[in-house]
Amino acid sequence: MSAMYIARSREIAARALGGEMMIMSARDSTLFNLNELGTLIWQAADGATTLEQIVERKICAEYEVEPALALADAEAYVRELEGFGILRVSGQPITDAA
Amino acid sequence: MNLCASRRKACLLQPEISRRAGLALRQPARLWDGLVDRMLTSKSVSVYDITIEIGDIAVSVRTESSEFARLMEDRYAEFVIREPWQRAMEQPVMELDVELLLDSGIPNHESDLGDAAEDDVSVRIQANRWVMERGDFRAEWDPECRRGWVRQSLNPYAIDSVLRILHSLILARSGGFLIHAASAVRNGRAFIFAGESGAGKTTLSRLAPRDATILTDEISYVKPVAGNRAGANGGPFEAFGTPFAGELARIGQKTRACLAGMFILRQGPENRLESLTEREAAWELFRHVLFFARDEDLVRRVFESILEFVRCVPVQRMAFQPNAAAWELIA
Repeated sequence: MSAMYIARSREIAARALGGEMMIMSARDSTLFNLNELGTLIWQAADGATTLEQIVERKICAEYEVEPALALADAEAYVRELEGFGILRVSGQPITDAA
Repeated sequence: MNLCASRRKACLLQPEISRRAGLALRQPARLWDGLVDRMLTSKSVSVYDITIEIGDIAVSVRTESSEFARLMEDRYAEFVIREPWQRAMEQPVMELDVELLLDSGIPNHESDLGDAAEDDVSVRIQANRWVMERGDFRAEWDPECRRGWVRQSLNPYAIDSVLRILHSLILARSGGFLIHAASAVRNGRAFIFAGESGAGKTTLSRLAPRDATILTDEISYVKPVAGNRAGANGGPFEAFGTPFAGELARIGQKTRACLAGMFILRQGPENRLESLTEREAAWELFRHVLFFARDEDLVRRVFESILEFVRCVPVQRMAFQPNAAAWELIA
């Protein structure tokens, strides 16, 4: 499987409140609330770290979860956030990450 | 691991709130004084200049129609500034020219379109000007010159919507916002009551004790205290009265007070308060804030203002029975 790099969109406003991210799409003012796991992925989305590394370091290190399953879930999740326009996903490192 | 369940959505871009007041149209026109002072002459046509001040922001509505001018005076009552000394702030007045289209075929939004069409407001930036459109009006606003115009038929609903949109845009730039909520002042402190339609905003306003002043039963006006803007040390917020009336069909009192709390209402079997975390409070607030523009910069500002608000102002969920005892929870 090819590497997946993720970066936070520039067209958002975001703030962590009570350990969870609140994210607003500045384009259509839709509001999103990420749970604890989603927040871990979001905060690690620097455009330089692969999703596999993020899942391994941030999730598998903290939670008892089968790595392949966690990665598959994470991939579906980031694709969903990409669909909402709040996360960017690429096969290459994203150099202009926010 | 269930990542997918962690996402929730709400839309800040809310539809306009339905108007049912129709105050001025159904009342006999009252005699007004000082008319001559406000008449300006331009190209030998009389121009009536009605200055409406809401939340320290004065908008001068100019029209050639005496009938429309009278409609404005009646509808906005004490929010109309009749003498310069009545102004709360020494800020320049904004100017809005109203052009009435008679027999133009423009539908009267209130009577012809009904609630279903309330979400058809479009607000966008075009060549540095705000363009606002709905079935019954088209308006443009230049924020730099602080001038604009409205083209509408002779009814009070279009101008009322334009004023709401205009104030929501101006507020967004200064750290404030409009909320679909009732608000009141008691013992010098302001409280906001938000909730779904039917949750009890109007009921609670009706049950208000004599020592409470109703700022509005429909659209609350929130702004950071001047000189203590969000971003500094996060100053407290103020609530202002608005003439935007709801089911009570009665405009609010033109006064202001520092905000001491916000309540998310629902009618319940007992009177009870429950504190919300900042995150829960922000989520609730986002649902009730009125904001019309699809503009990235302003959306970001409103987002930050809402988070600043929930950091400074306690927000509680309030279950209440529809009787006067509910007000005992509000202190």
